Amino acid sequence: MDLSLSESELAFQAEAREWLAANVPSEPLPSMDTEAGWKAHQEWEARLAEARWSVVSWPREYSGREASLVEWLVFEEEYYRAGAPGRVSQNGIFLLAPIIFDHGTKEQQDRFLPTMATGEKIWAQCWSEPEAGSDLAALRSTARRDDERGGWVLNGQKTWSSRAAFAHWGFGLFRSDAEAQRHAGLTYFLFPLDADGITVRPIAQLDGEAGFAEVFFEDVFVPDSDVLGAPGDGWRVAMSTAGNERGLSLRSPGRFCAAADRLVDLYRSTERPPAAAADRVVDAWVKAQAYRLYTWGTVTRLAAGGDMGAAGSVNKVFWSELDIALHETALDLLGPEAEVASPWLDGYTFSLSGPIYAGTNEIQRNIVAERILGLPREVRK
Amino acid sequence: MRFVLDEDQRDFAGALESLLAGADTVAAARAWAEGETAPGLALWKRLADLGVLSLATDATPVEVALAFEALGRHVVPGPWIESAAYLPVALGREVEGVATVALPPHVPHALDADVADEVYVGSTPVTGVGERLTSVDRTRRLFRVEGGDGVDGGGGAEPSREAFDLAVLACAAELLGAGERVLADSVTYVKQRKQFGREIGSYQAVKHALADVRIALDFARPLVHGAALGEVDASAAKVACGDAAYLAARTGLQVHGAIGYTQEFDLSLWLGRIRALVTAWGTPDFHRGRLLQQLGAS
Ligand SMILES: Cc1cc2nc3c(=O)[nH]c(=O)nc-3n(C[C@H](O)[C@H](O)[C@H](O)COP(=O)(O)OP(=O)(O)OC[C@H]3O[C@@H](n4cnc5c(N)ncnc54)[C@H](O)[C@@H]3O)c2cc1C
Repeated sequence: MDLSLSESELAFQAEAREWLAANVPSEPLPSMDTEAGWKAHQEWEARLAEARWSVVSWPREYSGREASLVEWLVFEEEYYRAGAPGRVSQNGIFLLAPIIFDHGTKEQQDRFLPTMATGEKIWAQCWSEPEAGSDLAALRSTARRDDERGGWVLNGQKTWSSRAAFAHWGFGLFRSDAEAQRHAGLTYFLFPLDADGITVRPIAQLDGEAGFAEVFFEDVFVPDSDVLGAPGDGWRVAMSTAGNERGLSLRSPGRFCAAADRLVDLYRSTERPPAAAADRVVDAWVKAQAYRLYTWGTVTRLAAGGDMGAAGSVNKVFWSELDIALHETALDLLGPEAEVASPWLDGYTFSLSGPIYAGTNEIQRNIVAERILGLPREVRK
Repeated sequence: MRFVLDEDQRDFAGALESLLAGADTVAAARAWAEGETAPGLALWKRLADLGVLSLATDATPVEVALAFEALGRHVVPGPWIESAAYLPVALGREVEGVATVALPPHVPHALDADVADEVYVGSTPVTGVGERLTSVDRTRRLFRVEGGDGVDGGGGAEPSREAFDLAVLACAAELLGAGERVLADSVTYVKQRKQFGREIGSYQAVKHALADVRIALDFARPLVHGAALGEVDASAAKVACGDAAYLAARTGLQVHGAIGYTQEFDLSLWLGRIRALVTAWGTPDFHRGRLLQQLGAS
């Protein structure tokens, strides 16, 4: 057991730290769910990309640094410690890109990855439907074969698609075989959100901003070249991102460690903190440390060829609950000022969605119980 | 960067596990509670032969943590934290035989002082042992000790910070092992017990409760190993392991129903052990306070 970084990892860390210190905007950017904020976040992505910090783990030919998992984690720690902006490109670079690398053609890689790395094209995940939330395999949107044009025709509705209000491209699953049931007969499509027949309707979230959107498909033509993986194989292809979303990539420990440190600062600067707050500040800090160390363990195992498996579900419940507890504690410290708009309040409101998206925590607990503890499977119709 | 056990550490843990799994530790613990210490002392000797008493002086805190996780998993009786973690560091030498210590205010009574060859208060040997007290863990035979002359009045000072921290780490690891055992036994039980025509483990209320225990223990373990490597304070490990093991105990009892509420059923041994260790070697409140202070916030 050894928690020390190698020479080259330390050098990588120092380089990241130095660049971030010199480049992170001193004022927080406006919310990415507003037009101005969106633009500012896109510009930030371009700046990151210019210095090769936008996708550190990608191959060099796609603007990456071929960073190891350890280096990636080090970068994330530095990134959030420096107070750098949230990643408007995250669903593309963290959720879709791994699939394009694994299942995409060379032509797709060359066409999609460069503009994803620079933030020029932002991607939205279109999985959920009004009748298919936790039960994603119940999805009803269809893809009809069009041999004449060499592609597929999409119909139906997706919803709760994060950042779709402003995003350029979407990725999602459609039922391409009307006869097939559930997980079979689904195909993974990529589509520009301004395609003929697509209507995007922004939805205001709890905080009033259009953080997600409904996406309607009316006879939308998608060429074969925009199918990811084999037709009919969409479920398998899509599930390779689910682990990423719940596990490592979506919530790197740096976020929580930085937030826990800010919480400690807030506690220190609060004149008369509520009596119960001290323990909760400590618990948030301890849990952020636990998450950081746990992730080092995960990274060690992944680097040795292991896979995330159902451990992503353990992870997801933990970070989402930690995020809420941490922000609730901050609001308690703010006292009667807590209701007034502030970064803590924004963080709190966002944290409330953590147990819902990326598979609700109830679904994650089912997965932990069934796949890790080996308890009998739920009776399902 | 390799935050997993290396091969030697895995081998050591494996050797300890196979010794304990074949040693009927439950019978030894039950006998110990009744004052029949022969089986427990035989086990003590076997563990000492495997090197458990010399880990604090000859190995790293990682090995200490591995050993105590195994002791907790098998509810081994006796003053192990005292003899294998605190005293070797406080005295600067390995303990011969069985030794125990009281360290007011955090460790107000001497565990198994009637069995011990040496009894200390802090680093000072004492000869007289007082009245026996009954612990929630019947295997913990607690004794009042007189003559804590060498200790500064019990005012909250820690006689040897380094020794105390290793004991705290050991206690955290023991809690982790005990919590893991309660979870494993509870999972086995809910897969086999049927009500309303189905295994109770197929009911979501039961599943989710046990999943929460799995999650709590999974995030307590890295703090134990992180503390062993000096990356975080032992207090962080103690707080997290205390919470996780206690959740395991509460949940474990609940999913067992009335059978779990009997002394005859072996679960009772771990329920008592966990409850006792949660406040042993520094209460959760003490450890949270210490962390807050280190964060510069108190
Ligand atoms: C902020 C935010 C961003 C999102 N971004 C995206 C996105 O970018 N792309 C996208 O496709 N989707 C996105 N989603 C949608 C998200 O994936 C779904 O909300 C989620 O899958 C749950 O589906 P649902 O909302 O329909 O709830 P339901 O599935 O209707 O669940 C409602 C409640 O019932 C519980 N429940 C359901 N089934 C079970 C069961 N078997 N056992 C126990 N309890 C159960 C759930 O846990 C939940 O508490 C986002 C959601 C939020 C809140």
